[in-house]
Amino acid sequence: MEATSNNQSRRQFFLDVAKAACGIGMFGLGLGLYARQARALPPTAIRPPGALAEADFQGACIRCGMCVRDCPYNILELARPEDDLATGTPYFVARKIPCEMCEDIPCVKACPTGALDHKLTDINKAKMGLAALVDQETCLNFLGLRCDVCYRVCPVIDKAITLERTHNVRTTKHTMFLPTVHSEHCTGCGKCEKSCVLEVAAIKVFPINLAKGALGEHYRLGWEEKQKAGASLVAPEIEHQYNLPEGYKYEQGPGLSGEAVPPAAAQPAVPKALHGDQL
Amino acid sequence: MSENKKIGADALMTKGWLGAHRWLLLRRASQLGILALFLLGPWAGLWLIKGNLAYSLTLETLPLADPYVLLQSLLTGHVPERLALIGAALVIGLYVVIGGRSYCSWVCPLNMLTDLAAWLRRRLGIKGGAHFSRNTRYWLLAMTLLLAAATGTIVWEMLNPVAMLHRGIIFGLGMAWSIVLAVFLFDLFVSPDGWCGHLCPVGAFYSLIGKASLLRVSATQRAACNDCMDCFAVCPEPQVIKPALKGQAKGIGPLITSHNCTNCGRCIDVCSKDVFGFASRFNNKAEVSAPQGGATALGNRS
Ligand code: SF4
Ligand code: SF4
Ligand code: SF4
Ligand code: SF4
Repeated sequence: MEATSNNQSRRQFFLDVAKAACGIGMFGLGLGLYARQARALPPTAIRPPGALAEADFQGACIRCGMCVRDCPYNILELARPEDDLATGTPYFVARKIPCEMCEDIPCVKACPTGALDHKLTDINKAKMGLAALVDQETCLNFLGLRCDVCYRVCPVIDKAITLERTHNVRTTKHTMFLPTVHSEHCTGCGKCEKSCVLEVAAIKVFPINLAKGALGEHYRLGWEEKQKAGASLVAPEIEHQYNLPEGYKYEQGPGLSGEAVPPAAAQPAVPKALHGDQL
Repeated sequence: MSENKKIGADALMTKGWLGAHRWLLLRRASQLGILALFLLGPWAGLWLIKGNLAYSLTLETLPLADPYVLLQSLLTGHVPERLALIGAALVIGLYVVIGGRSYCSWVCPLNMLTDLAAWLRRRLGIKGGAHFSRNTRYWLLAMTLLLAAATGTIVWEMLNPVAMLHRGIIFGLGMAWSIVLAVFLFDLFVSPDGWCGHLCPVGAFYSLIGKASLLRVSATQRAACNDCMDCFAVCPEPQVIKPALKGQAKGIGPLITSHNCTNCGRCIDVCSKDVFGFASRFNNKAEVSAPQGGATALGNRS
């Protein structure tokens, strides 16, 4: 009698354990999957200066809000459950209120965990995000006007953002000053996005992984390699042969020093390779 | 137990309202006071304390950190800066002395809501509900730690109603109220003491910290117990009382040794015979027959 009831209670115990383990396992799985979704930052959410790479940040930040408190411009917020990023983590939205790039970086100093890396001591080296001129169709400078606002407000002016001059083909006689961001120096502070005069900013700051492209590992830029080596890597240096449609030729000299001019006699402007039905 | 009598009616009669709510009032004062200190900054610009329960800095010098969230962070592979580690060590030290789950009854803001749910349950006579093991919380605790290690993210903080409520009150609630409300309704209608007594991994973690805590509730005057059962009715962890209160015959001391006891002191309040009081862990002799144990019972009004 004793033994069977003992057995029964033991069985009950194991059943209970199995039930609990199952339930909690399922719950954990759900939670884990949910966490995976929240791993990527939404495009408008920018982390404070010094924030570790997003995946590391989410393991390091304990959601205490010390950074929020010590930011003298009150730009930071802790994400709420309905926001698109990990609940409780700090972020700012550039178009609402950008980072003022405090020289002493109080937000980083306040962080007790190092989720904001204490190795960042020069705010100009911050990489909160990266600005990108996303809409050339509405950017006033691209339309040929002189707005320049994003350029002029940039705290890292002439390094993070420059005005590149090109010919205005529409008017044929003016110069366009194209705002151009350089990722090496852009801190992602968001001042440019904030001050863009358009209804919707043409220049925007994104988390770096969204804004930055990456060359294939094996890519080498010939001109850089040449400079590093101090001489041409292809020896002997061959004069470049341009593939021009048949009958076309450069007027004078090698390279692109002259304009390509069509021959006097009208020729079909189709490359030789396309004659016949080869394609 | 007199069926139609309100729980604690006897105590109310013998000790008066104040006497029968002494520890409850102190506890609320502590919970609300701590919250008020945190709110003094954002509401009145008086920054005595910055941060929230995950980490706070008092008077720009005293760091306090939640060891549970920090442990999860460690498990993700991140080694925090020194200040957070010091803060966590201080908090662990504190709760090793005063009992881990003192966090629950004296600090946690969610506790006021789950207490309210329990009180309403008794008041409205809501009976029954889902029953499941009180150990579920330890499973949940293990799951949250495992998840942190497996995903490299402090996953639990995305859902933790305790942190969400406290952070929400101080930094902006957003939709966090819905999760808090869910916990409240769960306790009220689905499972008695469902959250704090069965599920909350935060409470489970602090229980474990306080396993050997110095400060305990003790049934020092257990010989005077008249079996009204009021203490069992108000206790959020009633299973912890029995060995201490009824264990004399088996030679078990009067000290409530279970780490699940929240040190809330409701049993002290609600007992008309002043059976319970706070005592130190070392006063746990099973007295032979004399009703006066050696314990210094803070809760006993002489
Ligand atoms: S650098 Fe200054 S403005 Fe920018 S987030 Fe930090 S404290 Fe705020
Ligand atoms: S101070 Fe550090 S740990 Fe705290 S919320 Fe900010 S980033 Fe996270
Ligand atoms: S985000 Fe804009 S304003 Fe800030 S550094 Fe980059 S280009 Fe300059
Ligand atoms: S069990 Fe959890 S919710 Fe309940 S009081 Fe303790 S920490 Fe707070």
